Amino acid sequence: MSRAVPVIDIKSQPGFKGVAILCLAMLYTPILVLIIFAFNSGSLMMHWEGVSLRWFGVALQNADFQSAAKNTFMISIVATIVATVVATLAAIGMTRVKSWRGMRVAFMIINLPLMVPEIITAVATLSFFALLAKTLGLGFGIGNIMLAHCVFCIPFAFMPIRARLEDMDLTLENAAADLYATPWQAFRRVTFPLLIPGIASGAALAFIVSFDDFTITQMVAGPGQTTLPLYIWDQTRRPMTPEVNAISAILLLFSILFIVISFLIARKRK
Amino acid sequence: MPAPQQTAAEIALAAQKQSARRHQLLSLPSVLIITLFGVLPLLVILVYSFLKAAPYGGVEWKFSTNAYLNFLFQRDIFDDSLQFSPAYLYIYLRSILFAISTTIICLLIGFPTAYFMATRPPEQRSWWVLLITIPFWSNLLVRTLAIMFIIRDEGVINTILMNWHIIDKPITMLYTNFAIVLGLLYSYLPFMVLPLYSSLEKLDFRLVEAGFDLYATKRQVLWRIIIPMAKPGIIAGCLLVLIPAIGAYVTPLILGGGLHLMIGDLIAQQFGSGRNWPLGAAQALILMAAVMAALFLYVRNSTGKMHHE
Repeated sequence: MSRAVPVIDIKSQPGFKGVAILCLAMLYTPILVLIIFAFNSGSLMMHWEGVSLRWFGVALQNADFQSAAKNTFMISIVATIVATVVATLAAIGMTRVKSWRGMRVAFMIINLPLMVPEIITAVATLSFFALLAKTLGLGFGIGNIMLAHCVFCIPFAFMPIRARLEDMDLTLENAAADLYATPWQAFRRVTFPLLIPGIASGAALAFIVSFDDFTITQMVAGPGQTTLPLYIWDQTRRPMTPEVNAISAILLLFSILFIVISFLIARKRK
Repeated sequence: MPAPQQTAAEIALAAQKQSARRHQLLSLPSVLIITLFGVLPLLVILVYSFLKAAPYGGVEWKFSTNAYLNFLFQRDIFDDSLQFSPAYLYIYLRSILFAISTTIICLLIGFPTAYFMATRPPEQRSWWVLLITIPFWSNLLVRTLAIMFIIRDEGVINTILMNWHIIDKPITMLYTNFAIVLGLLYSYLPFMVLPLYSSLEKLDFRLVEAGFDLYATKRQVLWRIIIPMAKPGIIAGCLLVLIPAIGAYVTPLILGGGLHLMIGDLIAQQFGSGRNWPLGAAQALILMAAVMAALFLYVRNSTGKMHHE
C-alpha cells in the first residue's frame, strides 16, 4: 500500500552532480596545468620536452627570488604574530562579556578591513604613508608593509578565535572559580588551553592572507621591498620563461600544503 | 541596615565597571591599529579628493572639486568650458555589469555544487569543503596567471585545438571581456560556494520530505522549499562575490591587458602613470559609496526580516 509510488531519493536533484564536478574541474584545471608545466624541461613555455626539476633549481638559486622569499616570510610572520596577539585580546574582550560602551563600534572597526575593497585600502594606505613621509618625515621602511598587512590580518585572525570562544561553555570556568581560582588562573589554566585551536586557525588564516597579498603590497612597497607575488608579477612583465611557472608552482604548493595541514590538524582535534 | 546593602551594590557596580574597563583595554590594541592604519588612510583620501593634483603625483594643498568634476566632465582646452564626458562613468557601468554577470554565473554553478556537497555523507562533506577551500586561500595572482596560460593564443586550449586540426588559427580569448568575466568567475566561485554550503548544510530535510508527501515534483521542491530556505546563504554568497568583483584589480590587469579597464585598474592608474591622486581618491570614494550602499541595503533587509519573524 504505502509503496505504491516508486521510492525516490528525496535529497538528489537532477544534474546537480554534473555541475559540482564541472565546478571542481573549473577550479582545478588551471592550477594543475600550471603545476605540470613547471616540471617541463624545455625552455619554451608551452612546448613540452620532458619531466625535470630544472626550472625549480633555476628559480631557487636566483638571488632575487631568495630575497623576495626572505621579505615575504619576514612580513608575513611579523604581521601574523601581531595580528594574532591583538585579535586574541580583542576576542576575549568582546565575546561572552557584558556589552560595554563602544563595543559595537569597536566590533565594526575590527571588521572594516573585510568590507572595504582591496584596491581602496591599497591606494588609501599609499596616500597615508606618503603623507606621513612628507609632513613628518616618518617612514618605517618594510615596516610600512608590515603595518598595512596587520590591518587586514586582524579580522581574519579575529573571526575563528571569536567563534571558538562563543562555542565554549562557561561550565569549566565556573568550576575553576568554584575551586577558588583567581580570574587570571582560570584564564591561564582553563580558557586559554581551550582557546588554542581557535588561535591556531586564526594565525593560519592571517599568515596565508598576508603571504598571498599582492594588491596592497604592490601599492605600499618601496624600491627593493619585493615580495614573492610582486616578484612573479615583475617576471610576467618581460619575456617569460618556465621559471615563472616554477615559482608560481612553489607558491601554490606551499599554500596548498599549508591549508591541507591546517585542515588535518583541525580534523584530528574533532 | 540599608547602609551595608548599599555598599554591596556599590561594590558590585564598581566590579562591573572595572571588568568593562578591562574588556575595553583588551580590545584597544586591535581597534587602535585598524583606526590608525586602516580608517585614517580612508580619511586621508577623502581629504585628497578635494585637493589639486601636483604635476608629478601627490597633491597640492589647495581646495578644488576638480576631481569630482573630472569624473563626469572634461574641461575644454580652448574655452575652459565643461563638457560631459562619460568615459569614467562607462568604466564604472562596465565594472558593475561584469560583477553582476559574474555573480549570476557563480550562483548558477555554485548553488548546485553547494547543494550536492551538503547532501553527501558527513565524511565526504569535509573533503569537498577542503577541495573548495584550497582555491579560496590560494594566491589570486598565480591563479589568474594560470588562466592566462590556458586561454592565450599559444595557450593550452588553442594548442590542443590546433593539434587536433579543429581550428587552424588560434582563437583570441586573452585581453577580451570574456577573459575578464572568466577570470572573475574563477576567482570568486569559492566565495559563493562556501556560504551557500553552510546554509544548505543546516537545511531541515523533513520539510523536503513533507513536500514530496504532498506530491510535489523535484522541481517544485527545489523552487518552493529548498531555495527559499537557502535565501540567507544566497544573499550572503552574492554579496561576497559582487563586492570584490566590482573592485577587482588583479583580474582585469592580467586578463584585460589594459584594454578593458575596470574600476580597480582605473583607480590604480591615477596613483601610478596617471599621476592624478585626487582623481584616483575621488574614484575610490565613489566606489566605496556604491559598496556601502549595497551593504547597507543588505543589513537593513536582513534586520527588517528578523523583526518580522
